[in-house]
Amino acid sequence: MGEMEQMKKEAEGLKTQIEAARKAVNDTDMASAAAGVAPAPRVQLKTRRTLKGHLAKIYAMHWCTDNRLMVSASQDGKLLIWDSHSGNKVNAVPLKSSWVMTCAYAPSGNLVASGGLDNMCTVYNLKTPVIKTVKELDAHAGYLSCCRFLSDNEILTASGDTTCALWDLETGKQTTVFLSHVGDCMCLALSPDNNSFISGACDSLAKLWDIRDGQCKQTFLGHTSDINAISFLPSGNAVVTGSDDCTCKMYDLRADQEVICYQDAALNSGVTSLALSMSGRLVFAGYDDFNCNIWDSLKGEKVGVLSGHDNRVSCTGVPADGMCVCTGSWDSFLKIWN
Amino acid sequence: MSSKQSSNNITQARRTVQQLRIEANIERIKVSKASADLMHYCSEHAKYDPLLMGIPTSENPFKDKKPCTIL
Repeated sequence: MGEMEQMKKEAEGLKTQIEAARKAVNDTDMASAAAGVAPAPRVQLKTRRTLKGHLAKIYAMHWCTDNRLMVSASQDGKLLIWDSHSGNKVNAVPLKSSWVMTCAYAPSGNLVASGGLDNMCTVYNLKTPVIKTVKELDAHAGYLSCCRFLSDNEILTASGDTTCALWDLETGKQTTVFLSHVGDCMCLALSPDNNSFISGACDSLAKLWDIRDGQCKQTFLGHTSDINAISFLPSGNAVVTGSDDCTCKMYDLRADQEVICYQDAALNSGVTSLALSMSGRLVFAGYDDFNCNIWDSLKGEKVGVLSGHDNRVSCTGVPADGMCVCTGSWDSFLKIWN
Repeated sequence: MSSKQSSNNITQARRTVQQLRIEANIERIKVSKASADLMHYCSEHAKYDPLLMGIPTSENPFKDKKPCTIL
C-alpha cells in the first residue's frame, strides 16, 4: 500500500475512534439533564441608548474592560469610541482602509485594533495626545475577520487565509501561526484563563488551540455551514457557536462534543454574532433577520428577543460586569439594552 | 501530478493524521457530568447576573436620563 493510502486509512480509523469515544460518554444531552432546572425568566430588555454616529454598516463592536467605553467599526471608514453611559463619542479613529470587519479593545484600555479586507491588523494608541498608529501587522494572506488583545504586547488574529496568528506588538511579527482549518477563519474567543482560544471557520468546524504551543487540541463538529460567532462560557469549560446554518450550539470541552443546539423551525436566518450573560445562562444571538434572540443556554428555549434594528444585527457584546447587552447593526446604529 | 504536488499532498495527509492522533488521545468525561457542572456554575452565579435578575432603576447606569431641574 502506498504511503498516501496508508495515511488515508489511518485517518479514517482515527475519525471512527473519536466518534466512538464521543458516543461512549454521550449518556444524555444538556436539555434533558436540565429538565429539572427552573426555566430562566422571560427576559424583556429595553433600549436604554441608541448610539448614532456611524454613516454606514457597523461590522463589529467590543467593550472596554472598564464596562463603560466601547469601540465600534463601520465601513464608513471609522472606529468610534463611545462612552456608553452618556452616549457620547469620545474618540474617532479614521481608518486607512474602510473595509473593516473587526475591532478590539485592549484589556488595559490603552490600545484598540481593527482590520478587514486590507489583510492587516492595525493597532492604535488612544492615550497619546493625538491617536497614533503603533503597528500595522501585515502577514496574513487573506482578510482579517477577528482580533483580540491578550495584553498591550500580544494580539490574536483570525483570517480568511484559514489561519489564526499570535503577534508580538513590539516586533510586529507573528510569534505563532495556528494551522488546521481548511476554510476562512471567521471568529475567535479567548478562554477566561488566557491559556487557550477557540476559533470558528467556514469549514463549519470550531477548534480549540493552546496559545503557547500552537497546537490544535480539539475539533468540534456539528454545524453545517460557516461559523460566524464564538464565545467561551465564563466557566471556561464550554463554548457557544453561531452559524450560517441558523443555529447556535454549545460544545463542552471536557466531553469533547455538542451538548445542546439552539434552533427553531421558524428561524431561517444565519447567526452573525453572539454574547453570553455573566452567569452563562443567557445567550444573546444576533441574526440576519434584524433580531437578536435570547436563549436559555441550559434548556435550549427562546426566552426573549431584542427587536429594534432596521437591518442585520452584525455584532453583539456584553461588558464584563454583565450590566447590559450592546447590539450593532447594518442600520448604522448601536443599541444598549438592559 | 508533479512530484512536488504529490509530496505536498503527503505532507498534508501526515499533518491530518498527526492532528487526529492528538485529538483521539484526549480524556473525555460523561455529558451528564459536564451538564451537571454547567448547571451548577449557572446556578451559583445567577444571583450576580444583572441581565437575568433584573437591575433596580436606582442602580442602572443606563437608566433613562431625566431632564434636570435647576433649583
